[in-house]
Amino acid sequence: MYAQMVKSEGMKSAEEMTPEERAFQNRIDRNEKIEPKEWMPEGYRKTLIRQIGQHAHSEIVGQLPEGNWITRAPTLERKAILLAKVQDEAGHGLYLYSAAETLGVSRDELMEKLHSGAMKYSSIFNYPTLTWADMGAVGWLVDGAAIMNQVPLQRTSYGPYSRAMIRICKEESFHQRQGYAIMMKMAQGTPEQKEMAQDALNRFWYPALMMFGPSDKDSVHSAQSMAWKIKMNTNDELRQKFVDETVPQAEYLGLTVPDETLRWNEERGHYDFAEPDWNEFFEVIKGNGPCNRERLEARRTAWEEGRWFREGLMAYAEKSAARRKAAPHAAE
Amino acid sequence: MPSLPDMTTPDVVALAERAAASQPHDPHLEDVDLRPAFFDWLCRMGDNTLILGHRISEWCGHGPVLEEDIALANTALDLIGHTQMWLGLAAEVEGEGRTADDLAFLRDAMRFRNLQLLELPNRDMAVTLMREFLFDAWHFEMLTALCGSQSPRVAEIAAKALKEVSYHLERSSDLIVRLGDGSEESHRRMQDALDRLWPYLGEMFVEDAVDKAVAEAGIAPRPADLRGAWEQTVNEVLEEATLASPDTRMDVHQGGKQGRHTEHLGYILAEMQFLQRAYPGASW
Repeated sequence: MYAQMVKSEGMKSAEEMTPEERAFQNRIDRNEKIEPKEWMPEGYRKTLIRQIGQHAHSEIVGQLPEGNWITRAPTLERKAILLAKVQDEAGHGLYLYSAAETLGVSRDELMEKLHSGAMKYSSIFNYPTLTWADMGAVGWLVDGAAIMNQVPLQRTSYGPYSRAMIRICKEESFHQRQGYAIMMKMAQGTPEQKEMAQDALNRFWYPALMMFGPSDKDSVHSAQSMAWKIKMNTNDELRQKFVDETVPQAEYLGLTVPDETLRWNEERGHYDFAEPDWNEFFEVIKGNGPCNRERLEARRTAWEEGRWFREGLMAYAEKSAARRKAAPHAAE
Repeated sequence: MPSLPDMTTPDVVALAERAAASQPHDPHLEDVDLRPAFFDWLCRMGDNTLILGHRISEWCGHGPVLEEDIALANTALDLIGHTQMWLGLAAEVEGEGRTADDLAFLRDAMRFRNLQLLELPNRDMAVTLMREFLFDAWHFEMLTALCGSQSPRVAEIAAKALKEVSYHLERSSDLIVRLGDGSEESHRRMQDALDRLWPYLGEMFVEDAVDKAVAEAGIAPRPADLRGAWEQTVNEVLEEATLASPDTRMDVHQGGKQGRHTEHLGYILAEMQFLQRAYPGASW
């Protein structure tokens, strides 16, 4: 997941396609993987860059709300687990930027676009983490929602993206379990801990539902992406699957999902549930979420204040190369 | 039914207990006279890694480049792992029923035994990396010596930690050279960092009664004995990095090992210990 409202180029019918485009679509229909150097429609390449880039940005911005609690983790073990988890997120960012690079865009270019606001990251990371229970809720709900989309994306048509997703899914499912383990401890803990757990669920439930993006009827970019197997399921399908899996987990914790309309619908074989407030979603996307400014500022500051560091390493690399050139046989 | 059971299953707990029961016998743990010094010395080891791990972990998500974010988190993670081992053994030696977490989260600053060097603020990557390098070079020599400790429990922890610290030293040395001999600005920042940290370094080699007692029991080397090898490593790296050792005193600021700290430690603990202090007795 972590890709919302990725703009895709217009869908073409088989008659409108060039022979090259038709052959490409046939390969995708046969579940063949598309590899970096192979011909691909420009729209496919651009859409993938937007989607993989947004996902990568989400991983690195996503370090911030959890990094927020590393120095305050309540035990040494929890601290170690959280550090390992946030480190995994940075690693996911690395795989994904590398996958995007195979499409001809550099990591620095993508970073610039994140910093200028030209590219987005998932709306979820604009919400604050206020108590330790939020470390549980983020793992359980946010990583849980992400997995819903990432598991099918292991079968996506673009080879490097698919392979990155396979590695990422292994770690994400572990993240979700550690989040749930924190929630269990909190839900079974003191009255204050239980209150924090319920409060975390109250605050993260609807933002987690928003992670899947707007309803299918309002989602204009889905058809082409689904034909290209860049997007494997519709937003509403994934949201429903997430609700169906998560509600029993909340019940097991003894926590209440903050939705009075939530009912098991025997006929549909699914839960009926309330839509999130889409106005809030569009406001967050526009930059008016609780933490948009802080998150982006933190990333820009890291980048700006790290400039001398990156330039220092480059200067050394250039000097070493010059020295090697001047004395090609000298033992370095 | 939920598909996500708790990870702390009974077999995991049983495995941990079995591992604890198979620890080698260590007569030092039963030496009542040695106990206060041994406990204090173990706290020094564990507090060093805890406080440095805390400082390094502050970078998480704010590093200058993605690879550094990963490396810094990884280093902090190693150090927190070492803390669990050192403070776990300290709690066992003390024999008062405290745990590693009790020691980390419920002692006040005057009971902390880390070097003052390690609690100083990160400032920029230059100070962060220079501090890590200067400590890594000491940590490497210390752990190498501890692998031959007459305390099998200490030797065992040292052997495990040394694998990771060898890598810490390799990485920090490499970055000191690259940044020292990099751009004009990176050189200046690295030299400033070295000058700033220099007066705190002497504390690593100063011996007190605790060091003397554990050295005489064959547990640890004398602090001064580590100095020669440390200087050699540091001088070689600084020379390659085109950085100059200050000709000023190294032993200006000390006392951390005895619980006398800078103003900075109190803030670290206020943040680190917040949950344990605010909700006493809760299980996390």
